[in-house]
Amino acid sequence: MDTAFFVAWFEDAAKVVRLRRDELTRLDAAIGDADHGANLDRGFAEVRAALTDWPPASPVQALVSAGTTLIRRVGGASGPLYGSAFRQMGKTLEEPVTLARFAGAFEAGVVAVERLGKAAPGDKTMIDALAPASRALALAVREGLEPLEAFERAARAAEEGALATIPMRARKGRASYLGERSVGHEDPGAASSALIVASLATVAGGVS
Amino acid sequence: MKKLINAADSVVGDALRGLAAAHPSLRVRDQVVYRASGPRAGKVGLVSGGGSGHEPLHAGFVGHGMLDAACPGEIFTSPVPDQIIDATRAVDGGAGVLHIVKNYTGDVLNFEMAAELCDDVDVASVLVDDDVAVQDSLYTAGRRGTGATLFVEKIAGALAEEGAPLDVVARVAAEVDDRSRSFGVALTSCTTPAAGKPTFDLPDDRVELGIGIHGEPGRRRAPMAPARELAAVAMEAVHGDLPLQGDLLVLVNGMGGTPLMELYVVFAEVDAFIRGKGARIARSLVGDYVTSLDMQGFSVTVCRLDDELTRLWDAPVETPGLRWGR
Repeated sequence: MDTAFFVAWFEDAAKVVRLRRDELTRLDAAIGDADHGANLDRGFAEVRAALTDWPPASPVQALVSAGTTLIRRVGGASGPLYGSAFRQMGKTLEEPVTLARFAGAFEAGVVAVERLGKAAPGDKTMIDALAPASRALALAVREGLEPLEAFERAARAAEEGALATIPMRARKGRASYLGERSVGHEDPGAASSALIVASLATVAGGVS
Repeated sequence: MKKLINAADSVVGDALRGLAAAHPSLRVRDQVVYRASGPRAGKVGLVSGGGSGHEPLHAGFVGHGMLDAACPGEIFTSPVPDQIIDATRAVDGGAGVLHIVKNYTGDVLNFEMAAELCDDVDVASVLVDDDVAVQDSLYTAGRRGTGATLFVEKIAGALAEEGAPLDVVARVAAEVDDRSRSFGVALTSCTTPAAGKPTFDLPDDRVELGIGIHGEPGRRRAPMAPARELAAVAMEAVHGDLPLQGDLLVLVNGMGGTPLMELYVVFAEVDAFIRGKGARIARSLVGDYVTSLDMQGFSVTVCRLDDELTRLWDAPVETPGLRWGR
């Protein structure tokens, strides 16, 4: 996994977030404030611009630059949360990047989100998609899988995790204000997390 | 939905250009609103901020006796750390800076990150969380900051203007929040320029009880009822959390799309309710102060005053949104 892989990951994520922007905003309208799609689209467009204007020299630089851009440009909760995840991944990642090292850095990114958002699995947040993805990656490493298969499993785990937020009652973020009324809706942050993890598989598979 | 905008993605910037043009006492730089007069040596600086769409909060409260700077984010989206860092450094007159933060996950995260990165300035922060519609428990993000934000900004602003040190300004700001409670009722949802349609559907014969200020749905729906009953629901919720007694500061706040006449109808009912509990409205405000775009509805915020808080409330203030005594 070289620098180009990470740049391609962010480019694909930006493309997918734009494509699914209205859907993410609709999910947010149901239990939040109807801006998740717009904010992430704006943020990933900025990430794409930053990676084009200042091409990163390494995977670490790509992750830190993307994270910093999200923190500085997005606002809301998603900016700092996604931004910190990518920055922490970057700060933890050892090069040259192997699947095992990637999985370790991914886990560090998830922990950063948990810490900053003070969220745990089951709270109906991004964590409910990211934590299963991280576990799937770790398992794939132990089984000695190739990156493509590992990322496909992570993507499946993230998507299942996002769908599993539907019956949950939100305990963090704006949806928590709804109490019982948050039940029955997919968490928009978990949904966008699943999209971003799915981009890993897309890029590893070479179909973009 | 028709909107007086040029484009959905330029609303915030366009409105700030208008604000700067209308109020020579303000300066707008890199999406931060400052007093044109700049920082005053020895005075604690007050910085607040949050998503746009709540006007006049916060930018309309920049000026003598209130804020030194406001950081408006995108609509209903907290500002980014860069704005808060710029504002904090620019308003520091050597006595430190107080961040006034409404309790929403995004606002808290971005202000925390900014405070951490401003290690060259003495920063304290106060969290405003007055909305009793949200249970303050491990199972929520905690109570939302709504109408009490105006009380905190006004009273802390008066104290800072008098030259009080940062720890005192921060303590009194927290005390104002402690003594304040709010509850909101919506007759309609609101429409963000980006979405172009209402955030939630609310039938004509229903109201949403316990709403926040971002068009998010409330705790529950109820049949539409006379203002007297809706005011009573709000006041019972407030009274059940913080018994009404003594001299009160009361804000009956419009959500952006409510005729002022209707707000006075609500105020009369709020006044009657408070008298019925043996308390007294000593100071009041009626109007659009902490809005949610074009939402119809009201919120009521009550603060239990003491002599010192009353004196600070009465102190001169000169901002686009609030002005007296000067």
